[in-house]
Amino acid sequence: MSIEVTPMDIEVTPMEPPARPRPHLVTLPGMPRPAPSQDQPAAKAADQPDAAPGLAPATKAEIKDLRFYYRQTEALKGVSLPLYDKRVTAFIGPSGCGKSTLLRVLNRIYELYPDQRATGEVLLDGKNILAPDQDLNLLRARVGMVFQKPTPFPMSIYDNIAFGIRLYERPGPRDLDERVEEALKRAALWDEVKDKLKESGLSLSGGQQQRLCIARAVAVKPEILLLDEPASALDPISTQRIEELIADLKSDYCIVIVTHNMQQAARSSDYTAFMYLGQLIEFSTTETLFTSPKERQTEDYITGRFG
Amino acid sequence: MSGQSRLLYGHRRATNFVILALSLCATSAGLAVLFFILYSLLRHGLPALSSDIITKMTPPPGSQGGLANAIYGSVIMTAAATAIGTPVGILTGTYLAEFSRGSRLGQAVRFVNDILLSAPSIVIGLFVYEVMVVPMGHFSAWAGTAALAIIVVPVVVRTSENMLSLVPASLREAAFALGTPQWKVVSNVVYRAAIQGMLTGVMLAVARIAGETAPLLFTALNNQFWSVDMNGAMANLPVVIFQFALSPYADWQLLAWGGALLITITILLLNILARFVAGWSSFAK
Repeated sequence: MSIEVTPMDIEVTPMEPPARPRPHLVTLPGMPRPAPSQDQPAAKAADQPDAAPGLAPATKAEIKDLRFYYRQTEALKGVSLPLYDKRVTAFIGPSGCGKSTLLRVLNRIYELYPDQRATGEVLLDGKNILAPDQDLNLLRARVGMVFQKPTPFPMSIYDNIAFGIRLYERPGPRDLDERVEEALKRAALWDEVKDKLKESGLSLSGGQQQRLCIARAVAVKPEILLLDEPASALDPISTQRIEELIADLKSDYCIVIVTHNMQQAARSSDYTAFMYLGQLIEFSTTETLFTSPKERQTEDYITGRFG
Repeated sequence: MSGQSRLLYGHRRATNFVILALSLCATSAGLAVLFFILYSLLRHGLPALSSDIITKMTPPPGSQGGLANAIYGSVIMTAAATAIGTPVGILTGTYLAEFSRGSRLGQAVRFVNDILLSAPSIVIGLFVYEVMVVPMGHFSAWAGTAALAIIVVPVVVRTSENMLSLVPASLREAAFALGTPQWKVVSNVVYRAAIQGMLTGVMLAVARIAGETAPLLFTALNNQFWSVDMNGAMANLPVVIFQFALSPYADWQLLAWGGALLITITILLLNILARFVAGWSSFAK
């Protein structure tokens, strides 16, 4: 295989014992988790070199046989995968493969458009969020989203953050100040804006605007954070800051990131799903997917033969 | 450069020159007409402007007077019509842009609004005459206000819908993605992004009705005296201009020119203000 692997991408080679506890490989829906003491077939154990089943992450959401339609066009053709809590999952694949569509199902933002619909199940903590009785506003308060282009609201920096908090809570002025400060600090933006909180959110640079959007999303304390190519419109320095931020936020959230940039997926995610033409081709730990992909299409894509 | 590409380039330059010359001619023709109108207004209207024009009532022929009652009537009816027509227009525009989602009702409303937008104002005047003046038995400022409000509505509907549609879908998605209910998305985020354009639309509507004559001719008619009674006939600049300009009396004609100049200056100022508001933005840096 001819992929370039920088030291950042993997910290241990597959044959060595893991230097630190790592998340184990994908558990398919319905399949019992491999227990550490159980005898495993040798071949399977070799497939899962970094499995540390005792430290298996909790499943936050379970996507089951998800199909998505733009009018009559089927954009997702039966996708199933789990999303783990306190882990970063990346969706990669060429344009039009359905990775953004998949992300947009998770908070049902697609419902804004009457000719889009989804079938299948997305179990969030065991409850199907695609059920018709699911309250969309409550769902979106639990599943935050950051978009490709920064979308600050046409109001002050302070109000951009306070807007979301005020939707579901009635904090006093001092509590609100604290919450805004906390969110801005969380998004590594506080030091840059603390003296101009009354200024327009639109006065910030692109990278700052995107961090403002991340702060706005985390301020409402969601459980899942969806990032739709959050750095694709940003310069390399801003991109690096966003990636550092993702690594920092991982300890508290289930993060899902869609990216065109394979290096970014390799750098910042724990799990990677490779999608192609509306299908999930391969899902495993990021390390496995980038070093020993099982599918030919995955290997072709990550080695740059297409896409 | 080969001979052929030199020839092609020369041809393109010549075409460019001809088109540029034609568009300059068209522009200067349009501007010339506009400046000629302004010039004749100023030439005939300026002599009429004195303190009398805002302090004295419209006079009988052959005596000194002003336009105070007509100015008051125009201001009050224009303001009332704007106050009635603007909320209706903005809410309808909001329905079309944010809530109708391509529904049949939305399409029907948009179609009817387009018809109303292009309806001749004299038809609206006759309509209000039929439904208000005839049943009430007399002309009234309220009837005039109603006719002007009917003209305001479609203009505001159209500009509001257009301005709201210009707000990027990504901003709406971002607001919805926080779990914001739709009415809050519209009132707190989308309106803020579109407010300047919508205000511009309202001002253009005001400018439009400030000079409308036909709808008032059948509704508010005219009044020689100072009257603040909205239930009675009320003087107003367009009808006074219409009446005085057609009269054989030189002093009435002079006052008509003065009134025309006043309306034109007001509309000009409103348009400049609309531009200012459109360019002004507390949030664009």
